[in-house]
Amino acid sequence: MTDQITDTEAGTSLWKDAWLRMRKNKIALASIMVFTVTCFFCFVIAWFCKDPNQVNLVNKFSGPGSEHWIGTDALGRDLFSRILYGGQVSILVGLIATAVSVTIGIIYGALAGFFGGKIDAIMMRIVDTLFSIPFLMIVIVLQAVLSEWSRETSAWIVNNLNWDKGFTDRITNVLPLFFALGLLGWLTLARIVRAQVLSLKEREFVEAATSLGLSKLTVLFRHIIPNTLGPTVIYATLTVPGFIMYEATLSYLGLGVESPNSSWGILIKEGANYLETNPQLLIFPGIIFSITLFALNFLGDGLRDALDVRASKD
Amino acid sequence: MPLLEVNNLKTYFHTRNGIVRAVDGVSFSVEKGKTIGIVGESGSGKSVSCYSLLGLLPMPPGRIESGEAIFDKYTDLLSCGEKVLRTVRGKRIGMIFQDPMTSLNPYMRIADQIIEPLRLHMGMDKGSALKKAIHALDEVGIPEPDNRITMYPHEFSGGMRQRVMIAMALITNPEILIADEPTTALDVTIQKQILDLIKKRQKELGTAVIFITHDLAVISEICEDVNIMYAGRIIERASATELFANPRHAYTRSLLKSIPANQTKGEKLYTIPGLPPDTSQIISGCAFRERNQIGDQSKCLTDSRPEFKEIEPNHWAQDCPGCLS
Repeated sequence: MTDQITDTEAGTSLWKDAWLRMRKNKIALASIMVFTVTCFFCFVIAWFCKDPNQVNLVNKFSGPGSEHWIGTDALGRDLFSRILYGGQVSILVGLIATAVSVTIGIIYGALAGFFGGKIDAIMMRIVDTLFSIPFLMIVIVLQAVLSEWSRETSAWIVNNLNWDKGFTDRITNVLPLFFALGLLGWLTLARIVRAQVLSLKEREFVEAATSLGLSKLTVLFRHIIPNTLGPTVIYATLTVPGFIMYEATLSYLGLGVESPNSSWGILIKEGANYLETNPQLLIFPGIIFSITLFALNFLGDGLRDALDVRASKD
Repeated sequence: MPLLEVNNLKTYFHTRNGIVRAVDGVSFSVEKGKTIGIVGESGSGKSVSCYSLLGLLPMPPGRIESGEAIFDKYTDLLSCGEKVLRTVRGKRIGMIFQDPMTSLNPYMRIADQIIEPLRLHMGMDKGSALKKAIHALDEVGIPEPDNRITMYPHEFSGGMRQRVMIAMALITNPEILIADEPTTALDVTIQKQILDLIKKRQKELGTAVIFITHDLAVISEICEDVNIMYAGRIIERASATELFANPRHAYTRSLLKSIPANQTKGEKLYTIPGLPPDTSQIISGCAFRERNQIGDQSKCLTDSRPEFKEIEPNHWAQDCPGCLS
């Protein structure tokens, strides 16, 4: 045997292959960069900026300048740091709500598809029922229920763990929204995963795994669910901007996060009030919001192309 | 006492279009270290009988109606329940499947798949399981097993994957290996290699093999005893040499006649006319009657199903006067 053959490459996984394909997709790469930079600004640079809640009525509606880079709002608060802090909430809402909904969706859909029959019928009828109720309406109700609980948690943390009250409130104040969205966003994903599992469980490798003596649940969690991850990841990336939009919608309606938190939705809502006199209050948050959503959507598209093995056999 | 004795196994599928009698009273036994073959057309019930043994059938619609499968004197595989069956599957009875392209999980490295039975049944730690897995891949003729084991299934060719499957099925030294058409999806040169490999590993490990195929050439190559299945029943059984030299049942004779190599060049190839009977209908007489050209169709039983009898010493067949003449 020659030396060339002994030097075989280590195995490449489907994910590695996908990454190699993704690297050729310039738009997707640019999207990753844009999103990373946005996150970096919102979560790192923001700590070195001005206090987003410091009111200065003398200086309200100041235009862009050296003191306030892109001006101040109606209460004289620095718009730049308000956008960054608002971005924290908006991005986290997207990520946390997606994580919650993906976890529920995968497990629910996989169990329904795997066990089939009556269990499947009942589980999927529940999904159908939930689908038929207007999404925003349940979010609002659920959020109200969860808020009660979040206030209690907040009080408990402040009393027992001696956390800073302002900081604790900031966190517990947004959690109900995160979870309300996440607890309802899993319906479509559950259907996608169920359909996947239905076809996967007939595949021969599942039979082969069973013939090795693995238990049903081991087969499901070790062999079937990992095979559904491709479509799941694509769907999840595309739901992140969806959740950000929902948060913006709710905030615009005055049902989203509350002060002292802000989010891009709230900034846009406030900016819209001064559209004629001070358009920059709407334009700057709007631009950042749109760019981030564009980037996330292109990233989802890129992932879909990269993970589709049939699309590119190069 | 044989290692595995299957008696009167009946597996029916309860579908919307009625009851499909996929396996309708099959009996056979497997001796330690021997190879038996089960041959039949598609839909004759050969795979279903073996899937029934390991509880791999989807239930419902599948249902085992009756029968027993006594494994190693005490365990009845058909009634022992999922828990006991799991300790048999992959440890004492291994299985290889038809299509090596789809029988490995595409998202898992070969290493993680091949050590699964070791971790599960032998309680080995990862390190020693990997060592044993590399050795097992070496045994089935995979070059550079220590590199290859880190790869994913899509990086292997079909023949190589079937080798991996064989290594995986035999890694726990099972007493029986069920091979469900392991060469059907492979091309002829690879078929020969895989058959030789199964024979070699069988000799080394003393495993009994149940070999399911529709390929008579493969059967003559590997099996000691041959069962011919038709419409959910075994219609003829004999040793491979006896069966090929002296086929008795009209179906067996038609099958042998259909092999292109046995026919005169330049003439139209012989095929068995018609299709296997629809097993969702109740068959009252000889199941092969309508397709019987070689025997005497007029003498075939019409009112009762022929009995499976020892018609010559160690040569069993369905006793239908039309088919045996």
